[in-house]
Formats: sequence, structure tokens, C-alpha cells
Amino acid sequence: MTDFSRLGVAAIREGVADGAFKAVEVAEALNARVSAAKALNAFIIETPEKAIEAAQAVDADRAAGKPLGKMAGVPIGMKDLFCTEGVQTTAASHILEGFVPTYESTVSANLWKAGAGMLGKLNMDQFAMGSSNETSYFGNVISPWRRNDGGNAALAPGGSSGGSSSAIAARLCPAATGTDTGGSIRQPAAFVGISGIKPTYGRCSRWGVVAFASSLDQAGPMARDVRDCAIMLEAMAGFDPKDSTSLDLPVPAWEAGLNSDLKGKRIGIPKEYRLDGIDEDISKMWDNGIAWLKDAGAEIVDISLPHTKYALPAYYIIAPAEASSNLARYDGVRFGLRDLPEGAGLQDMYAATRAAGFGEEVRRRIMIGTYVLSAGFYDAYYTQAQKVRALIARDFDNAWASCDLILAPTAPSAAFGLGEKNADPLSMYLNDVFAVPASLAGLPAMSVPGGLSKEGLPMGLQIIGKALDEQAVLNAGLAIEQRSGFTAEAGEWW
Amino acid sequence: MSVDKDTVNKIARLSRIAISDAEADKMVGELNGILAWVEQLGEVDVTGVEPMTAVIPNTLRLRDDVVTDGDVRDKVLANAPAKEGSFFGVPKVIE
Repeated sequence: MTDFSRLGVAAIREGVADGAFKAVEVAEALNARVSAAKALNAFIIETPEKAIEAAQAVDADRAAGKPLGKMAGVPIGMKDLFCTEGVQTTAASHILEGFVPTYESTVSANLWKAGAGMLGKLNMDQFAMGSSNETSYFGNVISPWRRNDGGNAALAPGGSSGGSSSAIAARLCPAATGTDTGGSIRQPAAFVGISGIKPTYGRCSRWGVVAFASSLDQAGPMARDVRDCAIMLEAMAGFDPKDSTSLDLPVPAWEAGLNSDLKGKRIGIPKEYRLDGIDEDISKMWDNGIAWLKDAGAEIVDISLPHTKYALPAYYIIAPAEASSNLARYDGVRFGLRDLPEGAGLQDMYAATRAAGFGEEVRRRIMIGTYVLSAGFYDAYYTQAQKVRALIARDFDNAWASCDLILAPTAPSAAFGLGEKNADPLSMYLNDVFAVPASLAGLPAMSVPGGLSKEGLPMGLQIIGKALDEQAVLNAGLAIEQRSGFTAEAGEWW
Repeated sequence: MSVDKDTVNKIARLSRIAISDAEADKMVGELNGILAWVEQLGEVDVTGVEPMTAVIPNTLRLRDDVVTDGDVRDKVLANAPAKEGSFFGVPKVIE
């Protein structure tokens, strides 16, 4: 009997289309795996009936000889940042607990239209603010990975799409949606040894996605290989008149265009990413990545992105500023939590609701954002950060004169333990040092597994491409995948 | 620039987030740590640089000035924590 947990998106789709098995069999098998993996806390709610319903529709369509969609019969996990009609959507925050959208996000609707089904809503960092999945109101997500030291310390699955990464690595689902504001697809993918791509800003509609920082938020797929990412990105992307920043461009045939021959491609290696004291394992993996791309026919060139060190501080002004504005909508009036202390007026109700509903990291970022946007400080912080952001984007523009793609590590380390970076918010922020620049510039960027650390934990290689050139990013990812020989899996302890 | 407790309380007020005295004390240190770190942006020469307003060049589209949605009152009210008839309910605002 087929072990459906071992099949990826392409394999499930093909098996269903060929009649090797029924979509309902896949959905039943994965529903059972999801429900047996509660120790990982990857899902906030499970929706087995939704997975079955979608699978039955696909099986019926096939029996009737109707054409099947790009994701036909593939059950996926949906990050709980995407509004799903009739299914609770919380952004992992208490303030949205019990919120049941009366509408469907464009990206999730696109996926259902393509024949995918929903196994459940995935846990995440609250409002996508975090790099370890420790800010969820619904508890930490645990990575299926453990260090090879014989201990069983709980490790971070990365964040903010940590439910997505944990569930995919644990083979509860072949793929899941993620969102990336400053690395939230790439860093969790790197931490658990899977692939994930953040497309060019504007490729995937933000409509119906709970907003964090609107100029940075971008949805993308996470899966166990590059081809599966290409398939799912095709299903997710597309122009949406309901999102004013949606790109009015046709969706390229990324899957059909996959080609790991990189002859004629120039790969830039940014010297500023060789941080002093860079982790030795990460550095070695990066060198391996360079060798693999060379082997695939690419030419390696040294480049400079001189404003790299300013990307993180600029991000930690811009993202909180946008968040403080976006999250003003949680007022206890129209939806979500209301905390009305005895005798309180409207203003006190707002303050009490938001204090009770937002987690600590969310409150911290709203307050930073409020401060940098406040009278007297706006120019010094926010305008300056937006100018530095323009310079960071210009660095990439200049680099494209001498290269077509950039290769760097995804994160400065392999996964850390839960609780290890909680004492100081800054040390957590620094984990996104390699991921944030591409976010600020809106560029497509992908993480693919690059090898294991000495502790036996996955590390990710990041490929950054020119705007709209997801194809080249995916192709380089494929070239790495074919050469890295990465087959390691987390042991099934849960 | 650094913030003191009064400033933290003012930011909390502007943010409409109630904070306790102890939380304000803790926040002083945290905000100052973060602000001291982001202040390195001040050393970047930004002469002649326009602040970025769009990451990918894109023009805002205009659409026909017609109603494209609406007539969904019950959906809009469906998640209200307190509704009164067809309205959102709030505590008394006018004395």
C-alpha cells in the first residue's frame, strides 16, 4: 500500500490523475497523520471534513472526465493568516480567537479552485511577528527535528510560518502556504530541511491575508522539493483587482520552465554576507552551494551589497510602523475580542481589549511603530528608514549589472532551541539578517536545503533573483537540489 | 534619542494599549535597546535619496466609479462582539 505521507504535490496529483489511487484515500491518510501529531502543535484547528470534501470533488471530476486543476487531489495546510470562509482564522492571536471570516482570501480560493483541499489551519507566530514560533497564543510549534546529541531538547521550527514548516517536515502534509514579511517562509524552511519561495512582491494577492506590514507581506508556497514549490506557486499567484499592489501580469508556467542547466547564468556572492564570526557549518554549506552551482554551469562572481548591515534596523522601523497602523483595526467593536471592564468607556475598552488580546511581541512592535511614526520622530526614524530601504534596493539593482542571481545562506545558524533566544528581542531579530534585504527590495527569494550542521540539523541556502524572475530562482534551487543529496529526515518521535 | 517611562506611557496611550506600571518599566529598557540599535541608520548618507514608496514599480489602477460590493450587512456584523439590531454596540460615548 502506498504511504501517502511520502508523496509530494506532483506525485499525488499524478497518482490521482492516473487513477493509481483516489484523492479521498490521500486525504484520509493525511487527516490521520495530522490528528496523530498533536505533540508538534503545528495546527491550530484541523479541518478533516474540508480535506475530504475537496478530495471527493476531485474524484468526481475525474470520474466524469472533467479536466483536473494544478493541485487536484493534494491536501495542504493553510497558514492561519489566510482568511478561510466559515473556518476560524486567528493569526495565532487571542484578539482574533473565534473570528470566522465570511469571505475567502484570494490565495486560498485560488488553491481550492486548483483542486487542493485543506487539512487545517496552521499555527504560526502571532500576527507573523517572530522567528521561532514562540509568540503564538496557541502555544509553541515544535520542530520534528532533534539534535544528534541524544537529548530531546525542543527546537524551534523557525517563524513565522513555523506550523507550515513543522507539518511539512513531519510529512503531515506535502505542502503548505506561508507568508514572508522578513524571512517568514525562508527561515522556517531552512530550519526543517524543506524548500520555500517568496515570490516577487505583488505576485500573490494580499486580499484576505491578515495584514502585518503591507509593503513587505507576500505569500508563497512551502514544500519538500523545488518542483512542488513551482506547481503550488503557479496555483497561488495571479492578478487580483482587489489588491491595489497586485501585479497585473500573467502567471508564468514555472513548473514547465524548470531547467537546472545554469549555463550562461552568473551567480553573485555578496561579500557583506560573510559576517565576522559566521558559523563554520553555515560557511561550509555556502561554499558547497557555490561549487554545486558552478557544476551546473553557472559562473560565480563576487559582488557587493554595501548597505546590507542597515537592512535589519531599517526593517525594524518599517515593519512595526506599518503594523502599528494595520493593527489599529483591532478595537473590540467590529470583530474579535472585546474586553469591557466594569464601567469602562470607549477609550478604556480599546486599551483593555488590545492589552488582553495582543501578545507581548505584538504589543512591543505596535509601540515601536507608534513611536517612530509619532510627531517629531517621523523623519528621523521612518523617513530615514525608507531612504535606506531605497539604497538597499539600489544595491541589488547595481548587483544585477554583474550577476543574474545571488547565493547566500538563508539564516546565520541552524535551528536553535525553544527559549534560547527569548531573553532579548534583538538577538531574535538578528536571525533574519540574511532574509530581510530581499524582502525590503521586494525580490523573489527561495530557501532550499543545503546540508546538515554538526548537530545534525538542516541548514538552508538562499537564492535571490531579479524582480519577476522566479524562474531563474527556481532553476538554481533545482540545480542545488539535484547536487546536495539532501535526504535527511526527522525521526518520528511524536 | 532614548525614551523614559513617561514617554512609554504616552506611546501606550497613543497605541490604545493599557499597560501596568511594571510593564512600563520593563518596556523602557526594551524600547531603548531597540531604538539604540536602529539609530545606526543615522550614519547612512542619504543625500538626494527619495524615500521608497513602492518596492516594485507599479501604478495605482483606477476603476470605474460604481458600487462593486455591499448588501452584506449580516456578514459585516457576523463577528461583532456586541451588536444591537443592525448596529455595532459600543459603551455609551456621550454623557
